[in-house]
This record gives sequence, C-alpha cells and structure tokens, in this order.
Amino acid sequence: MPPIISRGFRGRRRDDAPEGRVPPGQYLTDDFPVLSAGPTPQTPLENWDFTLVGEVDELYRWTWDEFRALPSDSVTADIHCVTKWSKLDTTWEGVSVDTLLADVETSAEYALAFCDGGYTTNVPLEDLTGGKAWIAYAYGGEPLEPEHGGPARLLVPHLYFWKSAKWVRGLRLIATDEPGFWESNGYHLYGDPWREQRYWGD
Amino acid sequence: MRPETERVKTVLLDVDGWQGHRAGQHVDVRLTAEDGYQAQRSYSIASAAEDARLELTVERLDDGEVSPYLTDELRAGDAIEIRGPVGGYFVWDPTVEGSVLLVGGGSGIVPLMAMARERASDGSRVPTRLLYSARTWEDVIFRDELEQLAAAPDGFEVVYTLTRSQPPGWDGYSRRVDRDLLAEVAPPTDELAQAFVCGPTPFVEAVAEALVGLGHEPQRIKTERFGPTGG
Repeated sequence: MPPIISRGFRGRRRDDAPEGRVPPGQYLTDDFPVLSAGPTPQTPLENWDFTLVGEVDELYRWTWDEFRALPSDSVTADIHCVTKWSKLDTTWEGVSVDTLLADVETSAEYALAFCDGGYTTNVPLEDLTGGKAWIAYAYGGEPLEPEHGGPARLLVPHLYFWKSAKWVRGLRLIATDEPGFWESNGYHLYGDPWREQRYWGD
Repeated sequence: MRPETERVKTVLLDVDGWQGHRAGQHVDVRLTAEDGYQAQRSYSIASAAEDARLELTVERLDDGEVSPYLTDELRAGDAIEIRGPVGGYFVWDPTVEGSVLLVGGGSGIVPLMAMARERASDGSRVPTRLLYSARTWEDVIFRDELEQLAAAPDGFEVVYTLTRSQPPGWDGYSRRVDRDLLAEVAPPTDELAQAFVCGPTPFVEAVAEALVGLGHEPQRIKTERFGPTGG
C-alpha cells in the first residue's frame, strides 16, 4: 500500500544526517532520552556482581572490583531506540562480552541478559560476540548514571537499544531463543533497526 | 479535532477495522511529505476501547516535527497513517483487584486518562486515585471530564497539584510531587496493587523513586516516559 501523503507536511529535516547512518523511520537527536518500564534500581557496588549462568561449564562470577579490573574497550557507536530516536557517535567504556566468554565452554546459541529490577532481553550469542557487544560502565567519559543503566548496562549498538539492557547483572546462556521482557510485550524478537524490526510481525 | 488546552488537542480518528486496544497502549503515527520524506512518532491512546473513535491527545511541542502538524495542520476529513496498538506492559486491566494509583505529569495524563475511561466504561469499582501534576489550572487536560469521573460514587478520586500558579482560593497542592506528597496521596503499601506513572523523565524518576522509598514494591510500579524525545 503506498503511503498516505500528509497534505501540507514538510517535516523538520536535518541536513546534517550523514548518509547511511540513520535507519528507516528514525530521527536524529542530540539528547539522551530515558526509557524504562519501572523504577530505577539502586544497587550498591559492594552488592553488585556479574554472572554467567545457564549452559556453562561452571558458574562465572565477577565482583565490581574484579569486573573493573578486566581489560576494557573504548567504543564509539551509533544507537537507535525503537521509539524512533537515533544518536550518533556515542562514546562508551566497557568490557567486551568476548572477554567475559573467553574461558567459557558452552553449546548455547542464545543469551538472556538479566538485570536488577527484573528486566530481561534475549540476544543470539553471535550478536554478542566478535566485538559487537560490551558491558558498559561509562558514557561520555563519566560513570554511567543510574537512569541510563548504571552501574553497568549491556551495549549492543547494532540492535534496537532496548536490547542494550540497563542495570545488567549477568547473562543466562540458553540453547533455544526465548523472549525477554519487551519481546514478550509486543516488541520484535531480534530487533534489527536497519530492517525496522520494531514489533511483532515486522 | 477537539481543543483541550492552549497547547493540547485531541485527534479523533475513525479507524477501519480497529481491533480494540488496552488502556495505556500507544500507536505510531507516520506522516509522509509529497516528496516521500517520512517522520513517525508514538502517541498514547486517550480513549477507552469501547469508545466510538480512537482518540490521540497530543501536546504541541514547539520544536517538534509531528506534534505541530497534528495540532495545527490536520483538519477533519484528512487521512493519516497509524500503526498499533503497541505496548503490552504499561497497560491496566480494570478487572484486577486492589487499589490503583495513577500519577501523571503534564501530558503524561493521556494514557492514564485511557485507564480512567476504561475503568468507568467497565463499571469497575476498583479504588483508584489519580494524582495529576500540571503547571496551572489552565494546563489541566480533560478537566471537566475528570471532575465528572471524580463526582461519581464509584471509588475514583482526583488529586491535583499545580506547580506554577494556582487559581484564587485554591486549596489543593501547589508543589512538585515529592515523597511527602506521595505519602499523603498514595494508598498504604499493603493496599496498593498497581501504580502507573507517566510524565517527563525527571518527574517519573522522582515519583518512582519516592514510591519505592515509601516501601512500595518496585514490581508494582509501571512507568512510561513522555516528552519531546523519549517517545
């Protein structure tokens, strides 16, 4: 069906949008909007840990100090929220998921990230490995603020940003894909912004 | 088109084959210019599922792209493209027992209004209190209808706080929603079954944190950010 032309609509176009960096249906913003389904959790760092559970050969666990002692990357990435905003060249510091999985023996093909507050999101393991995903603890050179997911959030910039789970506490490695929180509430199981996989049925 | 306040209008839509929706859900509106340029944004549904038309209540954002078109350009008889309903979490089922608290800031009232309308339409008597923070009395959206809903003896109450200016003789709250205010307005922790909080991010953060601080279960507090950029 051809789109309905909105009489008199011109839009507020930004001519500074670089070619090929803004997925279909997205607009650029310079802000960093906040979106979450419930209250912002407050977990003291002394109680924080990051664990790998599920189909793993043993339980892997890092305290905050152990986690922060791991080698980390500086990442510059474009991020795309399903609520239509995109933000270019965001800068992060974080531990690559490759680093966390380096010694892990698993046959799992998917991961379910779990978080303080009960949030979960599912991502194929191949989308978390190969330099595509991090556990980020700093944004723009500053410690990650709680409302943006601090102390640490998953960062998977090539998928819609709800996959970059805030307040992440670990990964459950699983053999078959299972929907997380938003994926059970109408949002797409995979969430590729370039294919506009926003909702069920996309 | 129905004017609500100086900055807010309701768009009433006849939708072919609308399958209904749940109170709290939103739709995506997509506009297309003659040369094919498109812009889309999400808007909360204000109407109840049983209402004859789908209603989107839209605040005009001066630097917005879609909202000024909806409030200033769109005319009766125009067609627009919508997709939805979307969202399965920030929704209220009025048949669930237990007290409900709705907390809205500014145009964050819109999805809460859908809940209030759904509740009335269902004949629900679930004790429900709406705490509505607006800048002035003139900025209160749905004022007359809220007064009517609150006047019915079915357990629906509205509490206002006007943060910028108050009409003469105002005896309601006149400050930002804080922990003390919520302690007075929210049901006790053992009675509150569900809280829905919608508004600008700082408002939602403050309200949700205060509710948790008062001892309410975080899992019972559902939030939706509303604003120029968040959705």
